[in-house]
Amino acid sequence: MGETKKIATRESFGLALCELAKEHPEIVVLDADLAAATKTEIFKKAYPDRFFDCGIAEGNMIGVAAGLASCGKVPFAASFAMFATGRAYEQIRNSVGYPHLNVKIAGSHAGITVGEDGATHQCCEDLALMRTIPGMVVLNPADHYEMTEAVKAAFAYNGPVYIRLGRLAIDSFNDPDTYQFEIGKGIQLKDGSDVTVIATGLVVNEALKAVKALESKGINARLINMHTIKPIDKDIIIKAAKETGRIITVEEHNIIGGLGEAVCAVTSEYCPVPVKRIGIEDVYGHSGPALGLLAEFGLDAAGLEKKISEYVK
Amino acid sequence: MNKQELLEMQKTACKVRMHTIEGVFNAKSGHPGGSLSAADMITYLYFKEMKVDPSRPDDPSRDRFVLSKGHCCPALYGALVEKGYFPADEIKVLRHIGAMLQGHPDMKNTPGIDMSSGSLGQGVSAACGMALAAKYDNADYRVYAMLGDGECEEGQVWEAAMFASHYRLDNLCLIVDFNGLQIDGNVNDVAGLEPIDSKFEGFGFEVIKIDGNNFDEIEAAFHKARTVKGKPTVIIAKTVKGKGVSYMENQVGWHGKAPNADEYQTAMDELKAQLAALEA
Repeated sequence: MGETKKIATRESFGLALCELAKEHPEIVVLDADLAAATKTEIFKKAYPDRFFDCGIAEGNMIGVAAGLASCGKVPFAASFAMFATGRAYEQIRNSVGYPHLNVKIAGSHAGITVGEDGATHQCCEDLALMRTIPGMVVLNPADHYEMTEAVKAAFAYNGPVYIRLGRLAIDSFNDPDTYQFEIGKGIQLKDGSDVTVIATGLVVNEALKAVKALESKGINARLINMHTIKPIDKDIIIKAAKETGRIITVEEHNIIGGLGEAVCAVTSEYCPVPVKRIGIEDVYGHSGPALGLLAEFGLDAAGLEKKISEYVK
Repeated sequence: MNKQELLEMQKTACKVRMHTIEGVFNAKSGHPGGSLSAADMITYLYFKEMKVDPSRPDDPSRDRFVLSKGHCCPALYGALVEKGYFPADEIKVLRHIGAMLQGHPDMKNTPGIDMSSGSLGQGVSAACGMALAAKYDNADYRVYAMLGDGECEEGQVWEAAMFASHYRLDNLCLIVDFNGLQIDGNVNDVAGLEPIDSKFEGFGFEVIKIDGNNFDEIEAAFHKARTVKGKPTVIIAKTVKGKGVSYMENQVGWHGKAPNADEYQTAMDELKAQLAALEA
């Protein structure tokens, strides 16, 4: 199973882009003065003539990406999730989404694990914003290997894609030898019959640790890694609802508008069961070390173990 | 431009104006004022300046046009009809349910539309991306983007202007249709845009000021723009909003209003008379 070296998904993203660009000259990368942080600098160093810094002007960056895509390029435009999806929301909606242009948007430093920079930079609304745009694919990979494959899949898909990247270096838990990524297909990491936990992104590994710990306490939880928020994997949700009777969602995102509500939309329509949403409960984050914040918001393994066992009791 | 050529251009522009009135009247909504002010420049672009072929609207080597002031698409649709991209019947159902021609340009469904637009300020950025793609590919196509004077109040226009200048996009030519009016009144009463030429100069543009309803000046401006190297060009074109329909000229009320049946008849009679005079 995966290597021990911790790596942030933003770095995995930068590395994957470089690898992909070797064979695909149509890939170009845009950034908004955050190349060192979003890790597009890895690409910039390898392919300086295919990297275009747009300066601190995210709206323009998305428009430029739209124009490039209309001329056959495959632009990856990166910034912090807050500014990529928040500042430039309307440019994404109208210049990329409406004409369904082949633009990939990467939002780094998503969620509260931005850490010390605090609430202004801790975007817990990006998945909600991107989900509402017709035709937008929304990906939230959970570790290095998943990000690597997600970038390839995003490139192979002809249309707009949002990819969420994390700042925090994390352990990899997927097995690179067997791992397979398909847009819109959730992955069952552990079977179980008492409850189904559906997690996404950085907190999947925390949820994995939590459900393993619960096993010894007699709680047999199923765990699903939902790397694609849109299109959401209806089948795996309906199956889980039918077989375990209740669902818990886990996300480093506002419980309004993200994974939790996407799951609720499926269950309420196809197989109504109780759904408990764990995430950021409609509040702003604040400054602090990333792991400390994760614990404070109850999204680390210990916090999740507690919340899941309380709910299942 | 010789006399015969000028006459042909004027006739085509007059037909573009008739399509505009036809479209807005049948839609019972739309934006005649800024369409009419821009009609001459759009006509010149499609009939003289741009390398485009209506039988190959997706030709990768074509010149591109982005109507950043997307609400003025009736004039663009009129030019595309005259050029042969689609039949004139489409104009009659502009803005109707199921129609190909949307209230603002839709590149997915309308041949000849190079970029969906309508949310002001965004088209200039897209044009920058197109011009950058041409540079990247060593292609020699040119990119034109038309924006309104009021539209220049959008911050994104200036983000894009900085970008165009920084990347030395000399294959990009912006056209500001400076008709002086926006929905809330005179542009300089609403948000004080002047001096617009020194603003663009400060952002690193070659600035050309013309009368945008005069074909000789339009031609000279586009010719000069082609000779500019190492920086983008902007043509600041002073125009008359509502140009060609007497009661609409310089009237802010005709920014986004359709004529009633009587007004429609008056407008069409005037334009028909102008066309007849050109054909005589």
